[in-house]
Amino acid sequence: MSKTITIDGKTIPFEEGQTIMDAAMAAGVYIPHLCHQPEFTPHGSCKLCTVKVNGRNCSACTYPAMEGQDVLNETEELIDDRKKITQMLFVEGNHFCPSCEKTGNCQLQAVAYHLNMLDNHFPLFYPDREVDASHAEVMIDHNRCIFCTLCVRASQQKDSKDVFAISGRGIHKHLIVNAESGLLKDTDIDATDQAAHICPTGAILIKRTGYQVPIGERIYDHKQIDQVSLSTEHPKHGE
Amino acid sequence: MRQFIQGIAENNHYQATRLLQMLRQIQSRYHYIPEAAIEQLAGLLNIPRTQIISVVEFYSFFHLSPRGQYELLISDSITDHMLGKKNLLGYLADKLAVAVGQVREDGVVSLDNTSCTGMCDQGPAGLVNGYALTRLDRSKIDKIAELINQQKPLEEWPSELFQVDDNILKSGLLLDQQFEQGAALKSALKRGVKETLAEIDKSGLRGRGGAGFKTAMKWQFCSEEQQTERYVVCNADEGEPGTFKDRVLLNSYADQVFEGMTVCAAIIGAKQGFLYLRGEYLHLYDKLQDILEQRRRNGVLGNNIQDAGVDFDIEICLGAGAYICGEESALIESLEGKAGIPRNRPPYPVTQGYLGKPTVVNNVETFLAAAGIAVNGGDWFANIGTEKSKGTKILSISGDCTRPGIYEYPFGVTVQTILNDCGADDVLGVQIGGPSGTFISNQEFDRKLAFEDLATGGSFIIFNASRNILDMVHNFTHFFAHESCGFCTPCRVGTSLLQKQVDKIVEGHGSAGDVVALEELCQLVKNYSHCGLGQTAANPILTTLQRYPDLYQSRLKEISYEPGFDLDGALETARRMANRDDAGAHLAQTQMESEHE
Ligand SMILES: Cc1cc2nc3c(=O)[nH]c(=O)nc-3n(C[C@H](O)[C@H](O)[C@H](O)COP(=O)(O)O)c2cc1C
Ligand code: SF4
Ligand code: FES
Repeated sequence: MSKTITIDGKTIPFEEGQTIMDAAMAAGVYIPHLCHQPEFTPHGSCKLCTVKVNGRNCSACTYPAMEGQDVLNETEELIDDRKKITQMLFVEGNHFCPSCEKTGNCQLQAVAYHLNMLDNHFPLFYPDREVDASHAEVMIDHNRCIFCTLCVRASQQKDSKDVFAISGRGIHKHLIVNAESGLLKDTDIDATDQAAHICPTGAILIKRTGYQVPIGERIYDHKQIDQVSLSTEHPKHGE
Repeated sequence: MRQFIQGIAENNHYQATRLLQMLRQIQSRYHYIPEAAIEQLAGLLNIPRTQIISVVEFYSFFHLSPRGQYELLISDSITDHMLGKKNLLGYLADKLAVAVGQVREDGVVSLDNTSCTGMCDQGPAGLVNGYALTRLDRSKIDKIAELINQQKPLEEWPSELFQVDDNILKSGLLLDQQFEQGAALKSALKRGVKETLAEIDKSGLRGRGGAGFKTAMKWQFCSEEQQTERYVVCNADEGEPGTFKDRVLLNSYADQVFEGMTVCAAIIGAKQGFLYLRGEYLHLYDKLQDILEQRRRNGVLGNNIQDAGVDFDIEICLGAGAYICGEESALIESLEGKAGIPRNRPPYPVTQGYLGKPTVVNNVETFLAAAGIAVNGGDWFANIGTEKSKGTKILSISGDCTRPGIYEYPFGVTVQTILNDCGADDVLGVQIGGPSGTFISNQEFDRKLAFEDLATGGSFIIFNASRNILDMVHNFTHFFAHESCGFCTPCRVGTSLLQKQVDKIVEGHGSAGDVVALEELCQLVKNYSHCGLGQTAANPILTTLQRYPDLYQSRLKEISYEPGFDLDGALETARRMANRDDAGAHLAQTQMESEHE
C-alpha cells in the first residue's frame, strides 16, 4: 500500500521524499506557483503555493508530503489571498502588460488571470529600476524581476555557471550578474543557456525574438496556466 | 590593500564561512568594501563575486560606497525617541555639518540611523565605528563633534563616552548564583551526561529566546541524530528592540554561559561551538575572548576538558547589523558566511544546521540557566515559577520608569508588580516581548508573564499617558520593513505596504476604509510569511487596533476617497523642468483640502 494524503478531500498517493507539490502535480492537481519548477531545488519564496496542511499554512513546493495530511488547496480564502500575494508582486515592480513583449507568455500574468485578478488592489511602488541591454543577445529588464531565483538556480544547476544572484535586503532586493562591470555582456552567459529562458516574467528576454509569435497566438492566450503547467511540468501529463 | 586582503584571507584560512568576519575587518579599515577587495577576495576564497556582493548588500554595517572615517550611527529604538533622540540627532547633524544618511564632503564623518543597539536603559545611544556610545546628550555631542573634527583616534576618546552599565536592579535565582568556574561541568560529568540531561528535563527549562521550546528535548533530538559531527550555537544576536539582558549576561556572567554551552556539548557530543554576537556588542568582544582564553588555560575548554576526554572549543562570530540573524536558521546561514535568509523547514537545525550538521541553537539565558541546573539539579529550578513556565525570567526594562535596567522574576509575576518595582507611574500601557510581542493597556496589568499568558523574550517597554501610541506603532512598523530579509513576498512587499499604510493614517491622509484595508493587510502578512519576522511584523498594529480602534479612526479624514499617492509630490519633477512654482503648478491632495485653500 502506498502512502496517501488528501487534497481538498481527494486521496492522493505519494512517495517518500516528495513534497506536497510533487504529489499534487503527479496526480494532476494544480497548485499555483511562480518560484517553482520541478527540475530545480525548491525555493519557497513567492508563497503563491501556500496550502493549508492540517490547519496550518505551508508552502507546498517545499513542505514534505507525510502520511495522513489533510491539505486544503482550492478554498475561497486561499484563492483570495494568493490573488493578493500576486497583486503584491505587481505593485512592487513595474509591470505594464500591454507594452511588455512577454505578454501572453508570462506566468505572472497567467497566474493573475487564473486567480481572477482585476486590479492592483495595493498602491504602486513605481521603483526606479534599470534595463541592461548590454549583451548582444540577452537582455534584463529589472522592472519585471520578481526575485524567484529561477535564473540563479538554472545557471548553477543546469548551465554549470554562476551568472545570476539576488542581492540586497528587504524591499531593496535586486538581481545582480557575475561580472566586474556588473553588466550582462561581461558575464559568460549564452543565449542557449537555460538561465536565459527560464524567467517566468519578462525580466530576462532573448533579443529580437519577442514578437516571433504574434499576440493572440501565445501560450496563455488560449489556455489557462493550470492546464499548461500540468502538461509541461509533469511528464505523466504531457502528450 | 592587496597585502591587507591577502593577510585577512590567510588569517581566516581561506574559509568562505568566515566571510562576514573578513568583511568586518575590511569595512573597519577602509570604511567601505572596495570593488578591488571584492575581486581579490573572490579569487582567494574561490567563490563568485556575486556571493560577496550579496553579503555586503544584506548587512547594514557593510557598504559598497565610502562612509566616513568616523561612522556615526544613532539608535532608532522607540526608547531612544522617548529620550529625545530626534532633537539630538538634529543637533548632532548641525554640529558636524553633515546630513543624516550622508557622508561629509571631506570624508571624515558619516551619520545615519540604526536599529535598536541594545542600550535602551541608557539611551539615547549610538555607535561610532561599531563601538557603543551611551547616554548621549548635548554636552557629549559637543565633545564628540570636537573629537571628530580634531580627528582624534577612538583610543584617545574619553572612556566615559563608551561607558556601558549593567544596571542589575533585581536579581533572583540565576543572577544571585555564586558561580565557580568548572563547577557545572564537574557536576555534569560526575552525574553522567544522560543523567544531567534528565535533570534539565526535570527542571522544565524552556528556551529563553522567545519561542519557548523545551531545552532538554532539543538537546535530546540532536544527540540522537545519525551524524556525529554536531555543533552548539549560542544566539547572542539580541536584536529585538527593548532587549538588552544578553548584553549584561555576557558582560558579567559569560563564564557561566560558556560553561552551559560546554555542558550541552558534552551531552550532545559536539566538538565545536559558536557564540553569534550581534555587531552592536563589539565592545564585549575582547573581554569575551579573554574569558575563553582563560577557560582554555584552566582546562575547562579545549582538548580533554577536566581530563574527562571531552573536546570542545568556542569561536566568537560577530554579526553585522541584521535583526533577522536572530532567527536560528538565518543565524546559521550567517555563520556560514552568507546573507541571513531563513531556511525552509523541515529540516530543523537539530537535524541539519551548521554546514548541514545537527546543531543546537539556544539563547544566552538558556545556557546560563542550564549551567545552573547542571550544578544544582532540576528541582532547584522547577520549584520556582508556574506549572507551565518553570524558573525565572530575566527582563530588560526600559521606557517611562525611574529605574530602567535588568530585573529577574519568577515566572508568573504580574505586570503591576513589575511596574511598582521599577517606578512607573501614570502608565498607559506596556509593550511586552518587543515589537514582535504584544501591547497591553492599563486595563490588563493583572496579567502574568509566563508562556501561558504573556510570553516574552524579556523586552518590557513602558509608555506613560503622555505618549502617543501611534508614534510607537509607526516606529515598530518601520523597524520591520527595514529588517525584513526580503526572501518571501508577503513580508518583503507586505511590510513596506504596512509602512506606507501606517504613514498614511498617522500623517492624517487616511480616509474611510483605510483602517479596514490595514487590518486585512496585517492578516495577510501574518498568515503567509515565511518566518517569525513576517509573522509578527503586524503585531504592533493588530494589538493596538484591537485595544484602541478609535485612535485609528480619529485620524481618518471625513472623505470617501483619498488618492493612494502624493499628487502634489508627483508633480515635483515637472515643476522643476518647467521652472514653475506658482499656485497653478500645485495640486491639492483632496477635494476638501482644495476647498480649504
Ligand atoms: C526575527 C527573529 C528574531 C529572533 N531573534 C532572536 C534573538 O535575538 N535571540 C534569541 O535567542 N532568539 C531569537 N529568535 C528565536 C530563535 O529563532 C530561536 O528560537 C532561539 O534562539 C532558540 O533558543 P531558545 O530555545 O534558547 O530560546 C528570533 C526569532 C525570530 C523569528
Ligand atoms: S518573513 Fe520576512 S524576514 Fe522572514 S523570510 Fe520572509 S521576508 Fe525574510
Ligand atoms: S512556488 Fe512555492 S513558494 Fe513559490
